[in-house]
Amino acid sequence: MAQLSYRDAVAAGIAQEMERDERVVMLGEDCAAAGGVFKTTVGLVERFGTRRVKDTPISELAILGAAMGAAMTGLRPVAEIMFSDFLACCWDYVANQIAKARYMSDGQLSVPLVIRTANGAGSRFGAQHSQSVENWAMAVPGLKVVAPSNAADAKGLLAAAIRDPDPVIFFEHKSLLANKGEVPDGEHVEPLGRAKVLREGSDITLIALAAMVPRALKAAETLAAEHGLSATVIDVRTLVPLDTQTLLREALRTGRVFTVEENPRLCGWGAELSSILHEEAFGSLRQPVVRITTPHIPLPAADQLEDAVVPSVARIVAEVRRVVK
Amino acid sequence: MDIPEKTRLELYRMMAEIRYCEKRAYDLFLQNLVKGTSHLALGQEAVAAGFGAAMNSDDYTFCTYRGHHHTLARGASMLSVLGELMGRQCGLMKGKGGSMHLTSARHGVLGSYAIVGAHLPIAAGAAWSAQYRKTKQVAVAFFGDGATNIGAFHEALNLAVVWQLPVIFVCENNGYMEYTPIGAVTAVEHPAADRACAYNLPRQLIDGNDADLVYETACAAFEKARSGNGPSLIECLTYRHSGHSRADPGKYRPKEEVEAWLNKDPLGMYRLRLLALGVAEATLAQIEADAMTTLNEATEQAKASPLPAIESAFRDVWADGGAAWRN
Repeated sequence: MAQLSYRDAVAAGIAQEMERDERVVMLGEDCAAAGGVFKTTVGLVERFGTRRVKDTPISELAILGAAMGAAMTGLRPVAEIMFSDFLACCWDYVANQIAKARYMSDGQLSVPLVIRTANGAGSRFGAQHSQSVENWAMAVPGLKVVAPSNAADAKGLLAAAIRDPDPVIFFEHKSLLANKGEVPDGEHVEPLGRAKVLREGSDITLIALAAMVPRALKAAETLAAEHGLSATVIDVRTLVPLDTQTLLREALRTGRVFTVEENPRLCGWGAELSSILHEEAFGSLRQPVVRITTPHIPLPAADQLEDAVVPSVARIVAEVRRVVK
Repeated sequence: MDIPEKTRLELYRMMAEIRYCEKRAYDLFLQNLVKGTSHLALGQEAVAAGFGAAMNSDDYTFCTYRGHHHTLARGASMLSVLGELMGRQCGLMKGKGGSMHLTSARHGVLGSYAIVGAHLPIAAGAAWSAQYRKTKQVAVAFFGDGATNIGAFHEALNLAVVWQLPVIFVCENNGYMEYTPIGAVTAVEHPAADRACAYNLPRQLIDGNDADLVYETACAAFEKARSGNGPSLIECLTYRHSGHSRADPGKYRPKEEVEAWLNKDPLGMYRLRLLALGVAEATLAQIEADAMTTLNEATEQAKASPLPAIESAFRDVWADGGAAWRN
């Protein structure tokens, strides 16, 4: 096991796949010579050359369009959209083109590509560089949606995403990039579509994604130490495909489920999950599913404002305490 | 360029088949056998034929929602095209795409794109892939004059030039972006050609109703692309004989303008040219009769083709053939 930062694990995942498959190519703004504005692609152009690792102009339409055309014709592109907020600039490719080509062509076309993008708050960048937009992607049929919470998953899930025959949107969380964690040595691939139980408890179940996972884990510690509540914590990891079997099973063990979501309230991923739990496990729930989310507002920039609106450890604890007396 | 007679007859055959098939598509609308919308290329056949005849079988075509002609020009059958328009099992995509999304991957037609301009970057990407794989394949994106005012046009051209991609951007300037004259909403007179200099490309403006000229221009662009000398941007002046789409009678166009262009009908002009070049009337009549026979058979077969099975609506969202988003 090596200790890697989340950002280095991203680069390691790409490198692993470029090494094994000549079809894997990469493109994006500043992703080659500069090593990425988030330093998630450091060393790749030196190792694989400018033929395979390509800097692009600030042209999100061209980045995703080119990635799609290349994917349809035999390559396995990894396209970087610098900030997930910028997906709005090229949403036509995400929602209308890439996601639908296979279906509309009755299976004649295949678009095996990965869109990597930096998601989420914590950097005080304000409303156009801090959003959590995983729920946008989840709303489009034909896209797989992945959001790792730690270094090992950043590498393993990214490797799986690159090997996947379907288009995958891969959300890298900006506030997790510096976090270090154990990453298995050698080839590491983590299958898509499997949630992971990180902590087993008997009173409540916290279901979280990406940067909300470490917060849910901390909240679980506080709840245990200070309030005598034993919490299960689940990392959803991939929103599509959604591992409902694991989520239902774990939710039913406690009957008290809380989602911890960074996306804004309306139609956040937890809304779908809550709907599934209520439809399929209503009789086993001891309370309605409670969603802990960012409110339905654009994100403010200042430290104290951003911290006040994104779910925090304190807020998770308080919400659980409000419901579970 | 000396175009062999065989190629000229092929151009004529393609144009005749496209003309007849598009007219039949219109008739089938009137009979309510074609649903949704459809955008006919009547009058724009020479662009499709000229480029189609110049392509290798492994080159890539990317069309717009007005893409029947380009799909046919690559060799997709009239049956598979009309079948798709009619939502039948025999259609190119078995009814899952419709008129605006004709795709025939085995003929190199990698889709028809109904969001204006979207396919230009995608074609650039296919060209990037060909360049990367060193296959000498060329990608061609056909688009209307209206697409030149959308961002994707400019982003694609810039990237294609910077990366020197083997891609040909073909603007079919039919004078109107939907219902509005293109000149009324564009900063330059020739929406594609006048922008070429911004991308360090030569200005290419041709009569898109002259099949020979289109073919010659296409051949030169393919040669340039295959030699590693990068993209081309070609504006073909043409005219659609009908309205923008099924819903549009095209009343906004001056009568004199329509008449002038009808006198420049690519099919009729080419027929006269072939006769002047010494091709026998009987040879052309035979091509026309064969095209009509094929069309009539295709029409009857498409009408008789079963409707797609309901289950097919739930297939091919994913590579595993299914639509499951959860376990």
